[in-house]
Amino acid sequence: MTATTTDVPAPRRRVPLPSGDGALGVLGLLTVAAVVEVLPRTGLVNPGYLPPTSEILRALGGVLADADFWRLLGLTLRGWAAGLAVAMALGVALGLLIGSFRVLREVTASTIEFLRPIPSVALIPLVVLVFGSRPPSALVLVVYAATWQVLVQVLYGVADVDPVARDTARSYRFSFLSTGWNVVWPTALPYVVTGFRLAAAVALILEVTAELVIGVPGLGQAIGVAQSSGAVPETYALVIAVGLVGVLVNVLARVLERRVLRWHPSVRREAS
Amino acid sequence: MATTEPTTTAPEAAATDVALDVRGLQKTYGGQGRSVEAIRELSFSVPRGQLTCIVGPSGAGKTTLLRCIAGLLDVTAGEIVLDGERVTGPPRGMAVVFQEYGRSLFPWMTVQQNVERPLIERRVPKAERRRVVADALAAVGLGDSGEAHPWQLSGGMQQRVAIARAVAYEPTVLIMDEPFAAVDAQTRADLEDLVRDLWHRLGVTVLFVTHDIDESVYLGQRVLVLSNRPTVLLEDVTVDLPDERDQLGTRGTHRFAELRGHVYELIQRAKAGHRPEDDAGPAS
Ligand SMILES: Nc1ncnc2c1ncn2[C@@H]1O[C@H](COP(=O)(O)OP(=O)(O)OP(=O)(O)O)[C@@H](O)[C@H]1O
Ligand SMILES: [Mg+2]
Repeated sequence: MTATTTDVPAPRRRVPLPSGDGALGVLGLLTVAAVVEVLPRTGLVNPGYLPPTSEILRALGGVLADADFWRLLGLTLRGWAAGLAVAMALGVALGLLIGSFRVLREVTASTIEFLRPIPSVALIPLVVLVFGSRPPSALVLVVYAATWQVLVQVLYGVADVDPVARDTARSYRFSFLSTGWNVVWPTALPYVVTGFRLAAAVALILEVTAELVIGVPGLGQAIGVAQSSGAVPETYALVIAVGLVGVLVNVLARVLERRVLRWHPSVRREAS
Repeated sequence: MATTEPTTTAPEAAATDVALDVRGLQKTYGGQGRSVEAIRELSFSVPRGQLTCIVGPSGAGKTTLLRCIAGLLDVTAGEIVLDGERVTGPPRGMAVVFQEYGRSLFPWMTVQQNVERPLIERRVPKAERRRVVADALAAVGLGDSGEAHPWQLSGGMQQRVAIARAVAYEPTVLIMDEPFAAVDAQTRADLEDLVRDLWHRLGVTVLFVTHDIDESVYLGQRVLVLSNRPTVLLEDVTVDLPDERDQLGTRGTHRFAELRGHVYELIQRAKAGHRPEDDAGPAS
């Protein structure tokens, strides 16, 4: 068997989600907006639970014009970014370390399989006990949830190093650190970026959850306040605002992905 | 690295000036329940500076043999001695051109960086590095592709990058596993002459695995013909062609045709399952 067709390592596990057609996507959105506009007006749904789109949008305009919204958004983003940064550092460091040594992989495997399924929110009572409704509570939850995303991806990435590339490094007697930096890290990088994208989304969810449930200052808390004071359109407006932040985060992560992985097959194909 | 006592090995090595000694090599791949006996018994030695070709049927264990010699694979029994030292890991001063050359180039590095990387590992000073890399790339006809990434090149060009990387490393032993499988006939002829040229210039010991019988005779001073798996040495053919070879002249000689025919016949017999012990013992 002469390996004439084996060129670059094929990117496994990286099937892009169907991103869909832009025009159709807009059409879908408009349909939802239209339905939400009509349902409460026809009385099919109680407007006290679901106000019409136009009212939500008006509330959204009011919310966006409010300086307090931007302050709270800042707090949410700060908590999100801090948690994400810690999770990235932890996940990448642990992943590279565990992935590089068979012994560590085998020792940690069952622990990881046991801890990973524990939903982060199950830790809420614990963090409330320790930190109350201060930002560290949210930080712990965000870090816990997001680190798994990164760690698991990095472990996959390290395991994905091409055996021939590894043999090449060995036969040219690359040092341990050099192999890590020149062979393992570039292989794991696409996985790290995927981990970042997943972790960014999860971190936002946990940050808002912590704010909403525990009352850590931020947009989540504002949603809780709006809801309990009966300001239904504002509640929806805030939910939409948080959703928009999520979309933005995802878009930024994808842009980053493309920049970091210029040489990577999945990006190359799209670029050329 | 394991250091062997020079008292036992050095005189022997000095006396014959053996670069590589393969003694009673056996390799059985083990797996859960499944084991493959790839190499049954191989013993041969290669004098310093010799160009040895290895041919054998597909699946005979040529790659396995090279990986054992390169210290990338543990042997089941026997030993491999390189410059008087037993091989226990990738030895210093050895370069390997892998059969899967494409996967052995790092796609995140440019061609130039791929070739330069092993020299950085060897702590070659920067200025010299640049010069050596440029020379090696020019030697394989890729002087102007240094800035490209491997995946922007054709298969044959990638193969030449892998060769340039090995050459730039200035090894004392160069191991090549079917390095020309992916190139067209003309490039192949050029690369064959390049290998012989580099071999002459660097005085390096070369082990060259190929499927191509003509190539093995044209290139080598000696051709080791391997049997079917589990592998033993079928015959050690000395290529007594003049040292000065050229594509048309050498291939046209009567002796070349004879040697070629002989190796061809051996391979045919190997493929048919013939083994040396068949000659010795009564047929069963
Ligand atoms: N990692 C492995 N585990 C188990 N068996 C293996 C492994 N690698 C090779 N083998 C087996 O060992 C035998 C020799 O393989 P090898 O790759 O050395 O052959 P080869 O002579 O290089 O073949 P080709 O000319 O096709 O490259 C084959 O039967 C193969 O199936
Ligand atoms: Mg092979």
